[in-house]
Amino acid sequence: MTEYLLHISIISGLYIILALSLNLIIGYCGQVSLGHAAFYGLGAYTSALTAIHWQLPFVLSLPLAAVLAALFGLGLGIPTLRLKDDYLAIVTLGFGVIVDLILLNLEITGGPDGLTRIPPPSLLGLDFRSKVWYSLLVAAAVLLIVGLLYRLVHSRHGRALKAIRDHEMTARVMGINTAAYKIAIFTLAAGLAGLAGSLYAHYITFINPESFGLHTSILILTMVVLGGMGSLLGSVVGAAVLTILPEMFRRFADYQDVAYGAMLIALLIWRPQGLLGVGSISQKFSLGRGKAKKEG
Amino acid sequence: MAKALLTLQSVHSYYGSLHVLKGVSLHVRAGEIVALLGANGAGKTTTLKTISGLLKPRKGRVEFQGENISRLSAEAIVKKGIAHVPEGRRVFSSLTVAANLELGAFARRDYQAIKNDLQEIQERFPILRERARQLAGTLSGGEQQILAIARALMARPKLLLLDEPSMGLAPRLVKQIFAIIRRLQEAGTTILLIEQNARAALKVADRGYVMETGSISLDGSAAELMDHNEVKRAYLGKGYQEVWEE
Repeated sequence: MTEYLLHISIISGLYIILALSLNLIIGYCGQVSLGHAAFYGLGAYTSALTAIHWQLPFVLSLPLAAVLAALFGLGLGIPTLRLKDDYLAIVTLGFGVIVDLILLNLEITGGPDGLTRIPPPSLLGLDFRSKVWYSLLVAAAVLLIVGLLYRLVHSRHGRALKAIRDHEMTARVMGINTAAYKIAIFTLAAGLAGLAGSLYAHYITFINPESFGLHTSILILTMVVLGGMGSLLGSVVGAAVLTILPEMFRRFADYQDVAYGAMLIALLIWRPQGLLGVGSISQKFSLGRGKAKKEG
Repeated sequence: MAKALLTLQSVHSYYGSLHVLKGVSLHVRAGEIVALLGANGAGKTTTLKTISGLLKPRKGRVEFQGENISRLSAEAIVKKGIAHVPEGRRVFSSLTVAANLELGAFARRDYQAIKNDLQEIQERFPILRERARQLAGTLSGGEQQILAIARALMARPKLLLLDEPSMGLAPRLVKQIFAIIRRLQEAGTTILLIEQNARAALKVADRGYVMETGSISLDGSAAELMDHNEVKRAYLGKGYQEVWEE
């Protein structure tokens, strides 16, 4: 039972990192990304492959996974985020599909079977095959990231990000380089997702493309919306709730999807801004439309 | 004649393939208030966007203090000393009033001076001190406009671009906004002002330009324009009489 609870808390921790990073893009830049799981997958595969083929230690494969995912984020962000409208949603959706197809078809990634026998991290002589140590490792990563993002959001840069979210054109005439900010945040978010992927790969020790498809991207997006866009605590809560609740509904397996769907519908009716958020997702989209009309 | 602070030389701007500014030339001298008048769709807002770098002119030159700024980014232009108050009271509604003001100084690095300026602005507009911790979105329309102007002043601009500051405000508040504009001029700020309310604008302005379908159709001193039938026609079309005389 303890093992099971630790497993749930590790998975929650990973989703917290994913939801937090996606929330940066949605809640602080006002952009929608539908391919966040692709960066998660890139991180997982990078870390796994370098550990398996080059025997790279975890302390190197983890940052490498983050950096590679971040580079892909940068490459995707530069052409897309300089454009005015919400192209990011379409581009990231496409990117997610492409990454999925590549992982499924390349020989080195093991195709649909994925990769097995990924070594657990070796760090400070601790045995990370034990779920206790691994949950502590994930908890440390979560705390570090929450602390980092909290500082970012409450800094001068965080204020600039909120200004961009509220009204981008006005932010520009304040002298804020909005394109650079959006690209930087998207890159950071992609890197954090890659880091989560690395933590996942070395924990679960076998990975296949199924874990990193559109389904996962939508799940992360749902966590952000549930917790509340633009709220760090909201993402933590949203990710934890959506990892734990399905486990609880598991007993009524036949009704699991029904209960899950009903909860989301209830949320959208009674609490569209999410549990702890400030702006609702429908507001974001209607604002986007109004803006486009006015400026177009 | 004082040397011009801002000069536009036959500027052409586009929205995509839509040719909006078709050779706009105008100038603003230091210390002046210049009104830019014209009907909806004449290209006034586009002119301001071109000056502040939100749009890049495809042809022509924008000169500020003798330097060509038409290729500079919006951020660089703010640093040169041009602050733009966009139309529609665009305050950052999910941020506090104080945070809005501080964002106005985003391009500056002289943090101590920014603090002093914040104090001074709050003394000048006491309502902004009273509401410093309140979210800007909760302010009334007039208060939001004051905030938008005060926020632009935090950049210590040499030139202030005001886009329809009286839009949607009650007559009493319109008076208040124009009183503020006049005080800004007295304090030494140069202003280029777009207004629908041409009479009110010409009352505070030194000179004015009238725009029609993407170019300047008329210019002159405020007093001249006030009497000019062309202005009334450009604005109000036929049957302007009753509206104008009000």
